[in-house]
Amino acid sequence: MMMELSADESAFRDAVRVFVAGNLPAALRQKVERAQHLGREDFLAWHKILHAKGWIAPGWPVEHGGTGWSPMQRHIFDDELATACAPQIMPFGLSMVGPVIMNFGNDAQKAHYLPRILSGEDWWCQGYSEPGAGSDLASLKTKAVRDGDHYVVDGAKTWTTYAQFADMMFCLVRTSSEGKRQEGISFLLMDMKSDGITVKPIRTMDGGQEINEVFLDNVRVPAENLIGEEGKGWTYAKFLLGYERTGMATIGRSRRQLKEVRKIAASEPLGEGTLSDDPKFREKAAAIEIDLLALESLVLQVLAEQSAGANPGPESSFLKIKGTEIQQALSELLLEAVGNYAHPFVPEALEHGWNEEPIGPAYAAAAAPHYFNYRKTSIYGGTNEIQKNIVAKMILGL
Amino acid sequence: MDIMLSDEQRLLKESVERFIAGEYGFEQRKSWVEGGAGYSPENWATFAELGWLALPLPEDHGGLGGTLGDVAVLMEGFGRGLVVEPYLATVLLGAQIIADAGTDAQKVDILPRVAEGQMKLAFAHTERQSRYDLTDVKTEAKAGSGGFTLNGQKSIVFGAPDADLLVVSARTDGGQRSAEGLSLFCVAPDAAGLTVRAYGTQDDHRAADLTLENVEVDASALIGSAGEAFPTISKTVQRAMIALGAEAVGAMDVLNELTFEYLKTRKQFGAPIGAFQSLQHRAAEMLMAHKLSRAMVFRMAKASADDEALAQAASATKVQIGQAGKFVGQQAIQLHGGIGMTHEYAAGHYFKRLTMIDALFGTTDHHLSSYATSSFISS
Ligand SMILES: Cc1cc2nc3c(=O)[nH]c(=O)nc-3n(C[C@H](O)[C@H](O)[C@H](O)COP(=O)(O)OP(=O)(O)OC[C@H]3O[C@@H](n4cnc5c(N)ncnc54)[C@H](O)[C@@H]3O)c2cc1C
Repeated sequence: MMMELSADESAFRDAVRVFVAGNLPAALRQKVERAQHLGREDFLAWHKILHAKGWIAPGWPVEHGGTGWSPMQRHIFDDELATACAPQIMPFGLSMVGPVIMNFGNDAQKAHYLPRILSGEDWWCQGYSEPGAGSDLASLKTKAVRDGDHYVVDGAKTWTTYAQFADMMFCLVRTSSEGKRQEGISFLLMDMKSDGITVKPIRTMDGGQEINEVFLDNVRVPAENLIGEEGKGWTYAKFLLGYERTGMATIGRSRRQLKEVRKIAASEPLGEGTLSDDPKFREKAAAIEIDLLALESLVLQVLAEQSAGANPGPESSFLKIKGTEIQQALSELLLEAVGNYAHPFVPEALEHGWNEEPIGPAYAAAAAPHYFNYRKTSIYGGTNEIQKNIVAKMILGL
Repeated sequence: MDIMLSDEQRLLKESVERFIAGEYGFEQRKSWVEGGAGYSPENWATFAELGWLALPLPEDHGGLGGTLGDVAVLMEGFGRGLVVEPYLATVLLGAQIIADAGTDAQKVDILPRVAEGQMKLAFAHTERQSRYDLTDVKTEAKAGSGGFTLNGQKSIVFGAPDADLLVVSARTDGGQRSAEGLSLFCVAPDAAGLTVRAYGTQDDHRAADLTLENVEVDASALIGSAGEAFPTISKTVQRAMIALGAEAVGAMDVLNELTFEYLKTRKQFGAPIGAFQSLQHRAAEMLMAHKLSRAMVFRMAKASADDEALAQAASATKVQIGQAGKFVGQQAIQLHGGIGMTHEYAAGHYFKRLTMIDALFGTTDHHLSSYATSSFISS
């Protein structure tokens, strides 16, 4: 697959490539390559390296610490990082709450939180979903009642990614039950060390531990942690959804996985040759590659429009739907590629520092867990059904 | 009434479904899976009492002489409960091979003990390089004075960690991928030179990789005649594929039940999510996938009484349940949303079992190719 790059863009890509090659610790790269579980320190180590270089927030305006890159440069950057097996940059601070604070926060909030997001000092988690409020987020019940210069928050959030690592949580809470449901929602920032917050891990079916329940039991949150106005939380949350959606396409990560699965196929014996010689396998890989090419073309178009000043609207749903379909198709192909060695479940092999002789080829250990885990991609961030509803309603007017 | 089943099969179905509903709760299963053997020895004794271990074994040797159709009824029930006891490894693979090719002495020694629940077997055949090619065997057995010496490696041997006897395939002759020259041997799990590396599998079964380094066995360990094991191996595996198809059908049924119930009870936007038409259509397709698979598997279980048709029936079954199982499994998770992703909830475990059944004895793609090379519906 190719991307048509200008001379400047090629030079930029080379500079990124050289930097990553020289600065990404080998141990981290290997964990990502083997799809092992990354811990807080792993994510933060890479975060800090990029921060020191001034590259941690390419999406941010320069005055807040952004890089001033063009959308195309940002795309190249993401692609290079993914190709090099760099750990994913957590979106919760940089792509989610950061832009909300920037656009709707007051000066004190900006001055306090933005530098801490950049440096990685605060790990953020997203407290939106509740047991009763998933796709229908506006039905959320967690209550925040004003008491002097505090809000008292009572309720429960769930599916909260990496809450166990988090210092802070941005939260949608109900401050009023009058009028339209959406208009009673406020956007509140919480210190995870506050009294009354309990984080309970939820194990996913693949054995991983990335999501949690977060119980909020009369948590006292300073009123100064309210973003913008009371009752406007829904508007801010919606703003956030339109932000940086091109990242949802995960082109770079998928491209790397395609490469990886082809590499695996080349070492999987099949008859006299390898799985790479199997026309069926090759066609399946090719079909995914073509899907990826089409998706990347759409991303490039969206980026070009963005450079020309347009705001990515509901079209970003296409990127989420197709991007996750491709990720899931790749996880299926990987599972098929490893053949019989998909069966053994050796959870320790998914943790770093496991030095025993692998059962079968080392690359096989993560194949099935990865496939199981990636069913999440069509569920989180607004399910793919909800994305299609958005397209039908917002674009087609149905 | 289930017109696909005979009266006896209907009784068997009731009995296994009663056992699963009454004794094989999801939480109990969890405690067995996490316990020492990875399954319940008490259940194994119950299987023996109820005649399930004897079901397909020959009547002359303590068996009930049941058909593959009977086995399918039992396995469908097992699929409903995600049964982890090593039934496939012991009865459908190990004992079936002894019944098919074993010497009289082996049958007398082994089969009644299997039927009574006194002996568990495992079939060690697949190797690291063999993928789904049943002829691909590198492990060698050299004839010597009074016996054989085995050298080689075996992969993903289900049931091996707790087996009392291993049925091991090895070459006494022929090239790596020749159907000629394959032989089968009884090997004790504590034989000198045998290393067993045990592990759990994605779907809570237990398996092991084996290394055989100058493992000596007596001449009496040879199962059947030297060099002629392939027909037994392929027939046994093909029958097991159809039995697994029945297990998948049972698993799909429960997964559908869970999902359809959830569609009725989970409310979002002021309505049960089952009120959304896109999900109604999905559910209709899931039900259809199950119905087609069930009808097909029970038909193929009968068709396969004929050896000629067995290979085609097995591949067709594998393709059907592979595709249907994947669709039902993925959609069940999707329609549950976040809760479907959790380890706590049953749906994910059914999804995983369906996924791993597809990966067992050859994937959908593999069997589509096999089937395409000679069609079942002959011209
Ligand atoms: C791994 C993972 C990580 C997550 N991380 C976070 C996080 O960090 N923070 C956070 O706040 N949330 C997080 N979530 C929650 C996620 O956003 C929700 O799971 C998602 O919004 C769906 O909600 P639900 O699980 O309640 O499913 P439901 O909304 O109950 O949906 C169940 C099914 O019904 C379908 N459905 C619902 N409404 C409609 C409709 N109108 N039309 C058609 N179909 C419909 C859905 O598509 C789905 O298939 C995470 C989820 C997962 C799985």
